[in-house]
Amino acid sequence: MNEKANAKKPEGRMNTATRLINRVIRYMLHYYKIPFLIVLACILVTAIATVVGATFPQKLVDDYITPMLQNGSRDFSGLASDLVQLVCIMALGVITAFSYNRIMVNVSQGTMRRLRDDLFSRMESLPIKYFDTHAHGDIMSVYTNDVDTLRQLLSQSIPQIINSVITMAATLVTMIILNPALTVISILTAVVMLLVTSNFSKLSGKYFIRQQIDLGAVDGFIEEMLDGQKVVKVFCHEEAAKRDFHEVNERLRDSTNKANRYANLLMPINANIGWISYALVAIVGAVLGINGLAGVTIGTVVTFVGLNKSFTNPITQVSQQINFVVNAAAGAQRVFDLMDQTPEADDGYVELVNAVEDENGNLTESPVRTNLWAWKHPHKAEGTVTYTRQEGGVVFDDVDFGYDENKIVLHNISLYAKPGQKIAFVGATGAGKTTITNLINRFYDIADGKIRYDGININKIKKPDLRRSLGMVLQDTHLFTGTVMDNIHYGKLDATDEECIKAAKLANADGFIRRLPEGYDTMLTGDGANLSQGQRQLLAIARAAVADPPALILDEATSSIDTRTEKLVQAGMDALMKGRTTFVIAHRLSTVKNSNCIMVMEQGRIIERGTHDELIAAKGKYYQLYTGNFVSA
Amino acid sequence: MKKVLQQLGKYKRDTFLCIGLTALEVIMEILMPFVTAIIIDRGLEVSNLSVVYRYGALMVAIAFLSLIFGALAGKNAASAASGMSANLREAIYANIQTFSFSNIDKFSVPGLVTRMTTDITNVQNAYMMIIRVAVRAPLNLVFSYAMCLIISPRLSLMFLIAVVFLVAVIGSIMVVTLKIFRQVFQRYDDLNASVQENVTAIRVVKAFVREDYENKKFSKASKMLYDLSVKAEGLLAFNNPAMMVAVYFCIISVSWLGAQFIVGGSLTTGDLTSLFSYIMSLLMSLMMLSMVVVMISMSMASIRRISEVLNEKADLTDPENPVADVADGSIDFNHVNFSYKKGSGKNALTDIDLHIKSGETIGVIGGTGSGKSSLVNLICRLYDVDSGSVCVGGTDVRKYDTEVLRNQVSVVLQKNTLFSGTILENLRWGNPDATDEECVEACRAACADEFIDRMPDGYRTRIERGGSNVSGGQKQRLCIARALLKKPKVLILDDSTSAVDTSTDASIRAAFAKKIPGTTKIIIAQRVSSVESADRILVLDDGRIDAFDTHENLLKTNAIYQDIYNSQLEGSGDFDQPA
Repeated sequence: MNEKANAKKPEGRMNTATRLINRVIRYMLHYYKIPFLIVLACILVTAIATVVGATFPQKLVDDYITPMLQNGSRDFSGLASDLVQLVCIMALGVITAFSYNRIMVNVSQGTMRRLRDDLFSRMESLPIKYFDTHAHGDIMSVYTNDVDTLRQLLSQSIPQIINSVITMAATLVTMIILNPALTVISILTAVVMLLVTSNFSKLSGKYFIRQQIDLGAVDGFIEEMLDGQKVVKVFCHEEAAKRDFHEVNERLRDSTNKANRYANLLMPINANIGWISYALVAIVGAVLGINGLAGVTIGTVVTFVGLNKSFTNPITQVSQQINFVVNAAAGAQRVFDLMDQTPEADDGYVELVNAVEDENGNLTESPVRTNLWAWKHPHKAEGTVTYTRQEGGVVFDDVDFGYDENKIVLHNISLYAKPGQKIAFVGATGAGKTTITNLINRFYDIADGKIRYDGININKIKKPDLRRSLGMVLQDTHLFTGTVMDNIHYGKLDATDEECIKAAKLANADGFIRRLPEGYDTMLTGDGANLSQGQRQLLAIARAAVADPPALILDEATSSIDTRTEKLVQAGMDALMKGRTTFVIAHRLSTVKNSNCIMVMEQGRIIERGTHDELIAAKGKYYQLYTGNFVSA
Repeated sequence: MKKVLQQLGKYKRDTFLCIGLTALEVIMEILMPFVTAIIIDRGLEVSNLSVVYRYGALMVAIAFLSLIFGALAGKNAASAASGMSANLREAIYANIQTFSFSNIDKFSVPGLVTRMTTDITNVQNAYMMIIRVAVRAPLNLVFSYAMCLIISPRLSLMFLIAVVFLVAVIGSIMVVTLKIFRQVFQRYDDLNASVQENVTAIRVVKAFVREDYENKKFSKASKMLYDLSVKAEGLLAFNNPAMMVAVYFCIISVSWLGAQFIVGGSLTTGDLTSLFSYIMSLLMSLMMLSMVVVMISMSMASIRRISEVLNEKADLTDPENPVADVADGSIDFNHVNFSYKKGSGKNALTDIDLHIKSGETIGVIGGTGSGKSSLVNLICRLYDVDSGSVCVGGTDVRKYDTEVLRNQVSVVLQKNTLFSGTILENLRWGNPDATDEECVEACRAACADEFIDRMPDGYRTRIERGGSNVSGGQKQRLCIARALLKKPKVLILDDSTSAVDTSTDASIRAAFAKKIPGTTKIIIAQRVSSVESADRILVLDDGRIDAFDTHENLLKTNAIYQDIYNSQLEGSGDFDQPA
């Protein structure tokens, strides 16, 4: 309830919801300490103005009307000057009220903006594994549904709660001064109300958390089904899809219903406890007053019942905010869950730098872009730095790997690729070809063995530098919202338009791009939905080409390009591969044939290796594949 | 709005119960000031204990009643609001199920997802608020103003001024903010789209080390959202101070005028105290109403976006008296013209005139964008032609019951999807009643059995979302098996074996010839080897028929075909094969 007070307690003793809300507030304070302090001051002034305004009628009667009625004077000048004073206080109140409302807009929206930005950059830093194991819709739901729950909390609930606490404190002081005995009743009532509030909010909190989880599930379901909506249509599967949806939807309805039910109970319960307390104070006060006990006079009781009402009212108002707070806690949990994911670890310290070579063949770092790259390898022990020419040699030394520690999918992989060599992987889908390429750029970390790049253990190389040195055309092409040109630029942000067009020409993408309605300026949306598979792949190749990396990973990139253009693409690819170390997951014979070495894979092992001619001569698996005589068992 | 409210359905009862119970609760609340007045005036002021006891007890009783009414109202409000949102989601989802392909193309998936989650949550919260306040605020308002009028008609004029001021200020704020909120939601969509893009394309982002670039891009989008939101909510920040101005105006004017009236003898002190409490109640109700207006205006944008989907009419509808039987697997294209955007003048297909006999195997070949997919999409009526007609079994496809047609014309889409669930569950999409044996049989024909058998749980292996745990070739074979289970009269493979090795591809075709000889088979492929054994091969170029003949004849006469053939001549090895 009282966040400010709780913030100082040790974390272990707080319940989850309070801890989460606390964290949201700390997050907000981190960026908006001063604005928030101003807001606090403004709320204080506003609250005082409100109290002054609310008590003025009493003063009016006691100080002016009653005396005037008694002495029959008609002199309103005293009242007039008091009113002028009041107007000033009120004007101040209005100004501060506007100020804190306005500042809070910036604070709450700004906090949400930073939260979104932080979430996003954290997400970008997560390992690939996270995306493999989490439904995309569920991740999306954090941005849309969960961050949104914090808006009401920040912009409304927090100011309201602070306001209420200040009002309560002011009233409590007045009550104690007036009569400590009767104050006990008020405090007891307040305690009961707080207990009720905390219990009900815990109960509804449980369901609010469930609601956010169910919402994530609905989100995931919708996304999966709508992505495959065309398949649903083709199979006339609409009715079954509706039935399945009904199930997840019903779960969400149920948790929403329960969460709100308990939250909705709070207001009527607290408001009426307030009235019961009013009756109690009146009765006890009257008994005490009539019997002249505990210094109570009837006049005190009359004033006191009024004060008691203003003491319990804020609690009722706060309890109106409770469902927003609890809902926000549920949202915050999922937001922080994502925020607390461990980012991809990078212990690398070897960097990729531009280099120049002197006449003795020694490399030194160059501040400008040269066409020579070197690995800058600092040696901590000796305090020296060595430069190694980046050439693209890759060595696998007895590598084991499993996506899951207990399930090794690659066994004893050893291979070497000399700079500029082309290594082809062939074999069944699921044999581990893609997996191997994903290890080179450290999308996943190996379980055992070593991978060296130009003689350096890749674990020592900074991941961004490692990945920058490897061009990649992936199995699934993904394009981004933006123009065709933007998408090619993606490979090299500082490339000129000419470079991009050159790359497009190399990939033979230039032809179809020029035929698009707006050429290179054509907007692509929805992962390039307006292009065919083949066109998307051509763009992906162009994107890799513009990056001009020393080593390349090509993963079944040419499979859906139609055969007529494939030949041209092949030529372009060959030009691209020239002088670069290339790992290619091959479909096409032409690719395989001119490879320096072919790895035939089966169930996570390399079963044959050699050049095309060697493997044909060996008459093994490769021979079977090549001649197409292989008949599946 | 109306459309949205229609979705209340059986929760209408809860809504009315909530409103009724709230009314009772409000009546209890209105009674309270009378009871307090009695306790003070006739009990405390004159030291009459028995009055304090009696009315104190009455107060407790009323409080209990009010509590019960309030609690029940709250319960019904929760149930009505959650029920309505659940119904809304279901209605939207059901409507999406009626969409044709071109309807689907119109909405983006993230757009639909936000509509079904964030937007509906907005509406749900607004609705709950509205039904709880809908009665409370007006009742309080009317009652309080009536009491003011009774006590002092002259002073109530002051309140009227305050009320008019408040309505004018809040009203004009609403009009402006509503407009801005619309843009805010647009920005929301953009932001979500960018998140989704990054989630799906994370490998590309990481491979190119573009994390920082994406962060900057996102930051920019989120700043735009921030700027607009601040603009909208900054205006709303005027609401609260405006309310205070109104309250303070009332307090001051009543204090000044009231004091004079009392001294002048036309008003009593007790009246003045009551007036103050009624002003507060009056303006509080107004404030509640203004909150409702804020909620409505914020949810208006959501309602509009929801209605957009609800109102979207499927552009392919079943005819009045649909034909419920497909005679055979013959297919006729009669001078068909087709474009994805009608009237754009950019035809995807131009003057296609084509006649296929039942049971024939037809190969379709042609470059990227030559119209192969468009052609087959017309056969099972995923789109409608612009002119001409497409007939299956001698009957125009537009005359069929769509479900009948699509059950008989089974298409394996180029961009295909498997769903999370077991392999068997996925296969049964083709035929929910298929036995395990039939499923195995279909997989055998599609050459999918061998890899399924190697999986630890066989046919009960769970497929992950989007089929991410099977390879491209395995996915394609499962999709073919799924389509086979329909036992269709026409089977269309839209480049469905591109990731399958040549020998498996050949055995799949051999299985087709043996097991479903009567079925018309249309095979779109990039590889000549996939189509060369077909009865006839259609060569498409730029949306037009270039040639339609046998492999041998095409080799002799057709330039495009020769070109394709020669490019693939040297070795047809595709190394993506089953181990």
